[in-house]
Amino acid sequence: MDPQVVSMIQKGILETLYMTFCSSLLAYVFGLPMGIILVVTDKDGIKPCVPVQQVLGFFINIFRSIPFLILLIMVLPLTKIIVGTTLGPTAVIPPLTIAAAPYVARVVESSLKEVDAGVIEAAKSMGASSWQIVYKVLLPEAKPSLLVGGALAVTTILSYSAMAGFVGGGGLGDIAIRYGYYRYQTGIMLVTVVLLVIIVQIIQEAGLRMSKSGDKRIR
Amino acid sequence: MGENQSMIQIKNLEKTFVTKSATVHALSDINLDIRAGEIFGIIGLSGAGKSTLVRCMNYLEVPTKGEVIFDGQSLGEMSEKELRKARQSMGMIFQQFNLLAQRNVLDNVCFPLEIAGVAKKTAREKARKLLTMVGLEDKEKAYPAQLSGGQKQRVAIARALATEPKVLLCDEATSALDPTTTKSILELIKEINQKLGITIVIITHEMSVIEAVCNRVAIIDKSKIAEMGEVSEIFAAPKSKIGRQLIFTESFQDVPFGSEKMYRIIFDGHSSYEPIISKIVMECKAPINIWFAESRNLNGNAVGQMIIQLPEDEMIANRIVNYLETEKIRFEEVISDGSTSC
Repeated sequence: MDPQVVSMIQKGILETLYMTFCSSLLAYVFGLPMGIILVVTDKDGIKPCVPVQQVLGFFINIFRSIPFLILLIMVLPLTKIIVGTTLGPTAVIPPLTIAAAPYVARVVESSLKEVDAGVIEAAKSMGASSWQIVYKVLLPEAKPSLLVGGALAVTTILSYSAMAGFVGGGGLGDIAIRYGYYRYQTGIMLVTVVLLVIIVQIIQEAGLRMSKSGDKRIR
Repeated sequence: MGENQSMIQIKNLEKTFVTKSATVHALSDINLDIRAGEIFGIIGLSGAGKSTLVRCMNYLEVPTKGEVIFDGQSLGEMSEKELRKARQSMGMIFQQFNLLAQRNVLDNVCFPLEIAGVAKKTAREKARKLLTMVGLEDKEKAYPAQLSGGQKQRVAIARALATEPKVLLCDEATSALDPTTTKSILELIKEINQKLGITIVIITHEMSVIEAVCNRVAIIDKSKIAEMGEVSEIFAAPKSKIGRQLIFTESFQDVPFGSEKMYRIIFDGHSSYEPIISKIVMECKAPINIWFAESRNLNGNAVGQMIIQLPEDEMIANRIVNYLETEKIRFEEVISDGSTSC
C-alpha cells in the first residue's frame, strides 16, 4: 500500500481515538450527574422531585431525538465559540459531547436503577444522607453495570465520530467518506471500516472484562 | 435505664398511601409503647401493615398522622439531620439481608460507621469485634455472594449493631431462612438483647418466632392492632379472631365440625398439669370424644386447647359443663363453622 495512504490511515486512527476519548470523557462529565439526578429525583428515588425529573427527562429526549448530523450543523456557531474552529477533530468534540451526554445520562440512569431498593433502604436506615447513598451505595453497587454501559456509550460515540467526516471532522470516518464515497476507492474505505470494527471490538471487550472482573457478585 | 421506661412510643399513628386508583389505609389508630430492654413482637398476616409500622418507627415511612417518640424525642419534630442522627441509634435488619454486594463482609460492617464519620481504623477494629460476636470472624474477606442466608443475616446483624444502637428493628429477619438457621438467628438476637441490653422489635408472620424470643406481642390485622400483651397470656387465651387464627394452627381450621355439641377447653398453664379429661370422664361418668388437641410448653407453662364432643344427652352434657365451671376450667362452645361463642 502507498506509504502516504498508510500514514493517512494512522493519523485517522489517532484522530478517531482522540475524538472518541475526549468526547466520551466530556459526555460522562455532563451525563453522569444528569443520570444520577434522573434516578435521585425519580418519584421512587432517594429525593423525589418529579418536576426536576420530568424537565430534565424532556430535554434529554429532545437532544436524543435530533439526528447527529443535523445537530453537528446546528451547533457549528457554538463550536466556533468554544474551540475557535469548525474544522478538524477538535471541532467535532463539542457536538459529539452534546449528542452523547443525554445518551450517557440514560445509560447511567438504567444502570443505577438496577441497584436493589432494599440496599438503599438499609443505607437510609443507617442514617445515610442522599449524597452518601449516591457515592457509597448507588455508584459502587452499579459499577459493573456502569462499565458495560460505558463500553456501549464509547462505541456509540465512536460511530458518531465517523459521521463527522461529512463536515471535515477528520478521523477514520472522514477517510472512509472522502475516499470510499466521493472517490470510489473501495479498498481504502474497507480498510477504515475494518479498523473501526476492530476498535469497537476492543472497547466492547475491555468494558465487559472490567465489568466482570470487578463484580463481586460472581464467584 | 428503668425496667418500664419506654423506648419507642407510638401515639395515634395513621398511615395512608394515596395512589392514582385508590387511597389505602395501611395503618390506623396504632398505639404502642415499647419498653427499654424488651423484645417486642409484631405479628400479622402479609398485608396487615406490619412492615409499614416498623418503617414508621425510624421514619423510613413518614406517618400521615400521629407521633413516634424514640427515646423521649419525637421523630416528627426533628430536622432531617437530627433524624439521620437518630437513625444511627436504631439498627435495622431485613428479610433479604440487604448487604452491599460489592463490598466484602468487613467493609459491610464498617459501612454504617463510615456514614457516621468514624475513622477507618477504629471502624475496622469495631467491625472485627462484632464479626467475632456473630461467629463470622473468619469470613471478613468474603463477599456476600459467597455466604449462606444465615451467614448473610449474621453480617447484617453485625452491621446493624456497629453504631451501638439502642434499638434493633427486625423486619421479617428470619422469613427467608430455613428452620434450623432461623433458630440460630433467633438465639443470636436473644443473646444480643440479654448481653447488650438492646431493645428489639421483631416483625414476623410466624407465631413460632414470637414464641421463641418475644416478651410482649402486638397482633396486627387489617391495619389495626387487634390484640396486645404478654406473649404467655396471649398464647394461653387469644381474644381476637386473628389471634386465634395465628396461634391455633391452621389444621384446626380444617377440623370438620358436625352439628354435635362441641366445646373448646383452654389450657392456661395451671389446669394442664391435671389429667382433666380422665377426671371429667370419671366424675361425670360420661364418654367424651376428642376432636382436636394441641398443647405446648411455653416458659414452663403448658398452654393449648382441646376440642371435645359431648354426649347428645343434654343432662349428661350439662353435667360436664357444670363440672368444668366448678373446676374453673376455661371453656367455650364451638359453633359448627369453626367460630366460637362463650
